[in-house]
Amino acid sequence: MPDSALELAEDCYHCGLPIPQHLNLTVNISGEAQAMCCPGCQAVALSIVDGGLENFYRFRSEHAQRPNETSKHQWHVYDLEEVQADFVARLASGEREAQLLIQGITCAACVWLLEKQLANMPGVTAVTVNASTHRCLIRWSNDTQNLSHIMSECQRIGYEPSPATDEKAFQARKKENRQSLMRLGVAGIGMMQVGMVAIALYAGGLQGISEGMQNLLRYLSLVIATPVVFYSAKPFFQAARRSLAHAQLRHLNMDVPVSFAILGAYFASVYSTLTNSGEVYFDSVSMFTFFLLVGRYLEMRVRHSNSLAMGSLSQLLPFTANRLAEPESDPVAVPLKSLLVGDRVLVRAGEIFPSDGCVLRGSSSVEEALLTGEAKPLRKKVDDLVIAGTLNTESVLEVRVTALGQNTTLSAIDKLVSRAELEKPLQQTLADKIAAYFVAAVLILSLLVGSFWYFYEPEQAFWIVLSILVVTCPCALSLATPVALAAATSAARRQGLLITRAHVLESMASITRIVFDKTGTLTLGQLRVKHCIPTQKQFDERQCMALAAALEKNANHPIASAFLAETAGFFSASDIRQYTAEGVEGQIGKQCYRLGSIEFVSNIFPRTIQSNFNTSVPERNLQWILLGSEDGPVAWFGLSDSVRSGIKPLLSYCAAESINSELLSGDASSAVAVLAEDLGIQDFQAGAKPADKLARIHGLQALGEKVLMVGDGINDAPVLAGADVSIAMGAATDLAQTRADAVLLNNNLQAIARVRGIALKTRIIIRQNVTWALCYNALALPLAALGMVPPWAAAIGMSASSLVVTLNALRLNR
Amino acid sequence: MDSLYLLIPVVLVFLVLAIRFLSWAIKSGQYDDLDTEGQRILFDDDATPKPIPKPQVENDKT
Repeated sequence: MPDSALELAEDCYHCGLPIPQHLNLTVNISGEAQAMCCPGCQAVALSIVDGGLENFYRFRSEHAQRPNETSKHQWHVYDLEEVQADFVARLASGEREAQLLIQGITCAACVWLLEKQLANMPGVTAVTVNASTHRCLIRWSNDTQNLSHIMSECQRIGYEPSPATDEKAFQARKKENRQSLMRLGVAGIGMMQVGMVAIALYAGGLQGISEGMQNLLRYLSLVIATPVVFYSAKPFFQAARRSLAHAQLRHLNMDVPVSFAILGAYFASVYSTLTNSGEVYFDSVSMFTFFLLVGRYLEMRVRHSNSLAMGSLSQLLPFTANRLAEPESDPVAVPLKSLLVGDRVLVRAGEIFPSDGCVLRGSSSVEEALLTGEAKPLRKKVDDLVIAGTLNTESVLEVRVTALGQNTTLSAIDKLVSRAELEKPLQQTLADKIAAYFVAAVLILSLLVGSFWYFYEPEQAFWIVLSILVVTCPCALSLATPVALAAATSAARRQGLLITRAHVLESMASITRIVFDKTGTLTLGQLRVKHCIPTQKQFDERQCMALAAALEKNANHPIASAFLAETAGFFSASDIRQYTAEGVEGQIGKQCYRLGSIEFVSNIFPRTIQSNFNTSVPERNLQWILLGSEDGPVAWFGLSDSVRSGIKPLLSYCAAESINSELLSGDASSAVAVLAEDLGIQDFQAGAKPADKLARIHGLQALGEKVLMVGDGINDAPVLAGADVSIAMGAATDLAQTRADAVLLNNNLQAIARVRGIALKTRIIIRQNVTWALCYNALALPLAALGMVPPWAAAIGMSASSLVVTLNALRLNR
Repeated sequence: MDSLYLLIPVVLVFLVLAIRFLSWAIKSGQYDDLDTEGQRILFDDDATPKPIPKPQVENDKT
């Protein structure tokens, strides 16, 4: 395992992210002290070492994911019967079995770690973790162990478990996968056996063979080929029938000529066998079926991995809600399932609404980008309606539940998303477009050739038409695209980009502009306070920091984390309200304080101070925010963040490829201009609220530009959905990741350049493949028409052309 | 060549067995995760993990 490639002096040994200066956290792993970037990584590493599983660091091939510091889970709700009903089964042996989804698995060693750690817990009888689907099946005895402890143990070693509630969709996929494999297996075995017999028949054709023996071998081929045709090839016939049922020539797909060829060749060969005349084509038929099924299987795998990464919308709902028994009581965390219409729930800032509802108390801004794609937060006050799955951004709301589960607006969207999942990539439909002309051409030609031979040498007519059908079977054409796309998707995955929507490769090849978010995308999103400059003698540096920490206590913004490490708890603030992209406000003691952008904070200053206020920042290269009260300014904070290393190579690639680059940031400070200048990005916009970002993208698209958006935060989610191609950083919020077309798992921006290279190559290779397939058919057709193609030649020609197409596509794997 | 009259039925029997075997392998989930299993043989299972302490009763229900 290339551990040496992962180790750099300033990077965290556990997750690979850079270590902030002056931070000295180490863990003793296998005898050596290794540096950690945060208390989270340190805690996880310690748990791994304490469990005696240090070998994890030897086995792994990828860095681990950084544990989410702000996630405080209340695992005990998962012990409740109503919650377990969804994903836990009671077995006959008295044990319970749960299906969990595990976040944070980056390589096979994670599976090893999880399985070993969990299996070692008392009461756990079986653990299986699947690295491709990220599902964990765990069996335990409920008398000795409970699920909440198992889940918290997962979290301790750095993985986030959640119930797998997409069971139906998962089972459907599993069934499809297994059935396809079975069909593939039968076709493969059949193909080999029939091929074996066919060689004997070919030899017989060349050297002479007794009629009895020939008959026997033909019947043998018939017997073996029959299940291949009627079981393995069944999906083609069903698809062809559906396509013909719609009866318009325009909508024919490749399954129609394929079905003609397979059935035609099969029945003609049966006729040959029974009447002991002519040629048999069982070997070709079996080979077609096998190759075509391989193409379909690859397509299916890509489609399935799309679904996996996308997850289902219903998993965007929280599992628990804060129910209020009476208006003044404390909120109790209860499972979402136990909510009833009419309950009162409390939804804090940064939380997602668990149900559709009506506001009873409070006023806040809600982001409904999830549903409308509109980034502009809507103001909600008493009596306004809120929607399940949307985000409460600003301050706490008390809501009465009006609709739950299947009745929410969210589940209607879910159905739309499932439908969208079935859409085919555009490149594939290119082959389907050709299909219609193809069918027409083949039929016309067969008629022409058939009639010609009928007059010239009637006995030959039937067999020649048959050989035309066999030779022109669009085997290579059907394989051309799926194999290339599958190879390209896995090559992209190896570069660290997980492609979750089908159109990505094609769109990436034609982008004209790449737009970046700043905090968290171009930078690491780890802001630290570099300078603190109090403006009054009343508070010293530590107190200013404490004031800011009190205001930022519950916030999720990267700026907040810069203060969290500091003296939290010294002061406490009440009535905290967040203003998106502007700042935060709260009451500390008797004063109202604001922390944020200069304009926002100075709005509460007395007018005399406001007009005299010197708004120039002390030092250019930092992001400055202001802390002020109703008396005036209190302190300046200078924050600095570090830039990701992969950005410069990516930008030079873009420049070389004539792709414009742009920076759109919600940060209103001069740090945006400084960063843009530093990196050489010409177009940039600071202080862009989510609505502004989306407007900019739409504006660019109206000018005909194809935009690739790279982002990470919640306020990027609508833009990620709106751009032509969107990439979410691996460290992004779940919402951003589900809205994006691809996820950059290793957060390495350079991978984007490499994947674009792959996309360009893919386009070329698909064109090559389609061209080759058409040329092959064009060449072989006249030969078949002249009667010069015996069955063995047809078989060899078809398999050779399919092989060429596949090998060509595999070049993408390099 | 007459031996073929015996061997061919034998082949057919083998084919049926092969397909049943394949069916069993697929149904028991052996093809579900192709990625992890390939790497599993590289892991050294000699390390014995230390036991985790018994769960303590959690009193954080509010």
